[in-house]
Amino acid sequence: MLALLALLAVASSATATEPAWEAIEKAARGQTVYWNGWGGDEKVNAYIAWVGEQVKNRYGITLQHVKVADIAETVSRILAEKYAGRNQNGTVDLIWINGENFHAMKQNGLLFGPFSERLPNYPPVDTVTIPSTKLDFTEPVDGMEAPWGKAQLVFVHDSAKLQKPPKSASELMAYAKAHPGRLTYPEPPDSLGTTFIKQILLELTDLREALQEPVTETSFGQVTAPLWRWLDEIRPHLWRQGQAYPQSAPALRQLLVDGEIDIAFSLNPNDASAEIERGNLRETARTYTLTGGTIGNTHFVAIPYNSSAKEAAMVIANFLLTPEAQARKQDIAIWGDWTVLALDKLSPADRERFAKLKPGIATLSPAELGTPLLEPHPSWMERLETAWRARYSR
Amino acid sequence: MPDNREHGPLALAPALTLSLLLAPVAAGLAGTLLPAFGYFPVVGAADLSLEPWRVLLAEPGLERSLALTLWTGFATTALSLLLALALLATCYRTAWLARIRRSLAPLLAIPHAALAFGLAFLIAPSGWLVRWLSPWATGWEQPPDFAAFGPQDPWGLSLVLALTLKETPYLLFMGLAGLAQLPVESWSAMARSLGYGPTTTFLKVVLPQLYPLIRLPVFAALAFALTVVDVALIIGPSTPPTLAVQALRWFNHPELGWRLPAAAAAILLIALTALSLAVWEGAVRLLARCGRSWLIGGGRGGRGSWPRRLALGGGGVALALAILGVLAMLIWSFARRWNFPLAWPERWTLENWSSQLGNLLEMVWNTFAIGAAATLLALVLSVACLEHEAHRRPSFFSGRSLWLLYVPLLVPQVGFLFGVQVLLARSGLDGGWLALVWTHWLFVLPYVFLSLADPWRAFDRRYEQTALALGASAGRTFWRVKLPMLRGPIAVAAAMGFSVSVAQYLPTLFAGAGRYATITTEAVTLASGANRRIIGVYAAAQTALPLLGFAAALWVMRRRRA
Repeated sequence: MLALLALLAVASSATATEPAWEAIEKAARGQTVYWNGWGGDEKVNAYIAWVGEQVKNRYGITLQHVKVADIAETVSRILAEKYAGRNQNGTVDLIWINGENFHAMKQNGLLFGPFSERLPNYPPVDTVTIPSTKLDFTEPVDGMEAPWGKAQLVFVHDSAKLQKPPKSASELMAYAKAHPGRLTYPEPPDSLGTTFIKQILLELTDLREALQEPVTETSFGQVTAPLWRWLDEIRPHLWRQGQAYPQSAPALRQLLVDGEIDIAFSLNPNDASAEIERGNLRETARTYTLTGGTIGNTHFVAIPYNSSAKEAAMVIANFLLTPEAQARKQDIAIWGDWTVLALDKLSPADRERFAKLKPGIATLSPAELGTPLLEPHPSWMERLETAWRARYSR
Repeated sequence: MPDNREHGPLALAPALTLSLLLAPVAAGLAGTLLPAFGYFPVVGAADLSLEPWRVLLAEPGLERSLALTLWTGFATTALSLLLALALLATCYRTAWLARIRRSLAPLLAIPHAALAFGLAFLIAPSGWLVRWLSPWATGWEQPPDFAAFGPQDPWGLSLVLALTLKETPYLLFMGLAGLAQLPVESWSAMARSLGYGPTTTFLKVVLPQLYPLIRLPVFAALAFALTVVDVALIIGPSTPPTLAVQALRWFNHPELGWRLPAAAAAILLIALTALSLAVWEGAVRLLARCGRSWLIGGGRGGRGSWPRRLALGGGGVALALAILGVLAMLIWSFARRWNFPLAWPERWTLENWSSQLGNLLEMVWNTFAIGAAATLLALVLSVACLEHEAHRRPSFFSGRSLWLLYVPLLVPQVGFLFGVQVLLARSGLDGGWLALVWTHWLFVLPYVFLSLADPWRAFDRRYEQTALALGASAGRTFWRVKLPMLRGPIAVAAAMGFSVSVAQYLPTLFAGAGRYATITTEAVTLASGANRRIIGVYAAAQTALPLLGFAAALWVMRRRRA
């Protein structure tokens, strides 16, 4: 009860944050947090295990990492719990999500909050050069999820085999025609596959602004016509003649490793460096972006509305934003996921943590990455996926 | 002689078993039916309607999806049954039968997801087989690009292959159990004296009696092939996928409104399965009728050594593919880098294993504890039902009501697990140990019961009568005479049940709320990371656990003989 009052205090007054936060930390002690997230990458799993050790020692919180193959399974479970009227003591306390799932969970009242902007470690979050920390797939974050890492679409190739990789939609087309079967993309609704399609759409359409608004029947046809022309034209030249697609981002990378394709892509600019570090990619692998810039977004953690350990979940979300945890996460020997903090807002000692990180051999500098392009409104994704299925999956 | 004594608590066993088995399935189905007809208030759909069906039927890939589902389901079942029967028909009177029997246990132990991964790596254009031949024989410095065959081929050939590798041993196992119940020796002696060749004897005399005994296992195989999710996700086509995979994709769609057409697709899959079972049964009867004139036509057939070679060849290829696939995954688990076209890893490492060791131990413990609890529960209830039946005929779980036991195997998992999840959430059981064991038990029980039923019914009751006549109580007779004598079949049934529990993915996920990770949930989750080195570690562990179960069963049987 006390903790709940403290929660209310945090939610209502920003000035009285300090004592209220202490009360939250106190209530969090002894709680167990079930953190559900995609568990397909052992690097991420090892990092989360480290977080578990830290919060156990510092705050007396037990962190249980629930690894899932698809985070939608967890969304389904929370939905089933709401359907069954289980509005307290839910089975999920913290969830690692992206924009599409956030949109759905927020719209259906499955999230607890607002909480994120009141976290003591929130202030140095870079809301200026990473606008997606405030606007997740055009959906206002409104404090309902806490930023965790920065993502931007980068392309990966083996520089020993391919010196001048294609850097635009038209160059990709020319490359596919010259090298049949050597390009592909993950099948939508995989989020990397959909991101690739949105990237091509952003480059080809003259009506970019329409993408920031919810989709309408007329705007969809006008805006996406050049995309379908491009996809139709390139399809027979893709891997497996466009009759099969890799099912996920890691599956795409594996095709590059197996030599079945020449170019992969990733939403983690450090991914290639981290995979070289692990011996999975060759040392000659390099990354690049397209000439017109690439889509970027942010990934977050959120707290389900029926969590039984909201205080401890907030303490963990806060810990994830410490410069220490963020710098460790960005280390390519650990994971290589980019920070959401603005380094110029940190103390010199904390800045040093990031400066000390070994630069990734295949990682681009922030200048080379450029300002990320904004994600379209989520309603576009749904329409794009449906239209894609209608054309290429029948 | 019927024995009408009431056996106290034993009399409750069949009813208890049946309600534990059918209640969750029924509740789960209700939880799927409501959203399929538009009732799902939690996403704002509160009126019964046909809208989800309209959305489903308007899906452009639906036709192809249905065709693919039916084709892979029927092709797999026909192929597996053909191979299993061919092996039985040509080998049942030879030393090969014992060899086949011995090779079954490891094949049954390989979880289907592990098998699918191994096979996918084996037959991919950049896979192991091509690597052996490249570049020296093929000239391929980089993998070829062909769409017609390999994982995800548009016609699902590799899916059919993967499922056949898994279902043939299962049908063989059930066929061997069926053969043991028939007086094959005296029939074949008689047929031989009339000049019939051994294979012809099998087809004309044994098979017509054997098929009714394996009808339900064949149904289970067909239902499994039509509704399987994990294998189809790994190796099946995706544009479009089979209906079960498509339903799961919609269940997992970020836009929550897709749960409704997903439920409709699940109901459609149930209907499709029921229809397919009926069509299969019709086809079998038609075949039997058409074969009648051949059956009584008097053809004696030859010695059958040529068909035997063919059948053994087919079985050998299947065995080799399965073993190579698992071996490839084991090698991957020790690889640091293994690029095309190298036949062996370029660099080796123990890191994949050492980094996972702590995690693995926890998973092994969870898997073992859940599997052991579910298997024990299934054993106790199966024995109770069979004991009740032994003292009170007609028995409940034979003949017409036996199919009730098969309900959890015949109803597609995607069709009722979401409903079960809601039920468990409502009762507050989800994420708990009890819910988890119960859900596993649903799928373990049919296998345990079926492998126990035959030896139990074949038990010579004179042993019991002798013990009773010597003054032992009924309880003492059971514990000291019957149970020890049936130790072998009990051990095999337990190993079988345990291997079924180990392989469960969706049930563990849904009932355990992800809180109890098993080797299999971990393997499937890591599989989404497509990292073969780590998948290899878990596929190896996933295979080892049920193998140990079968090894233990073998040990128990050996001891009995000694």
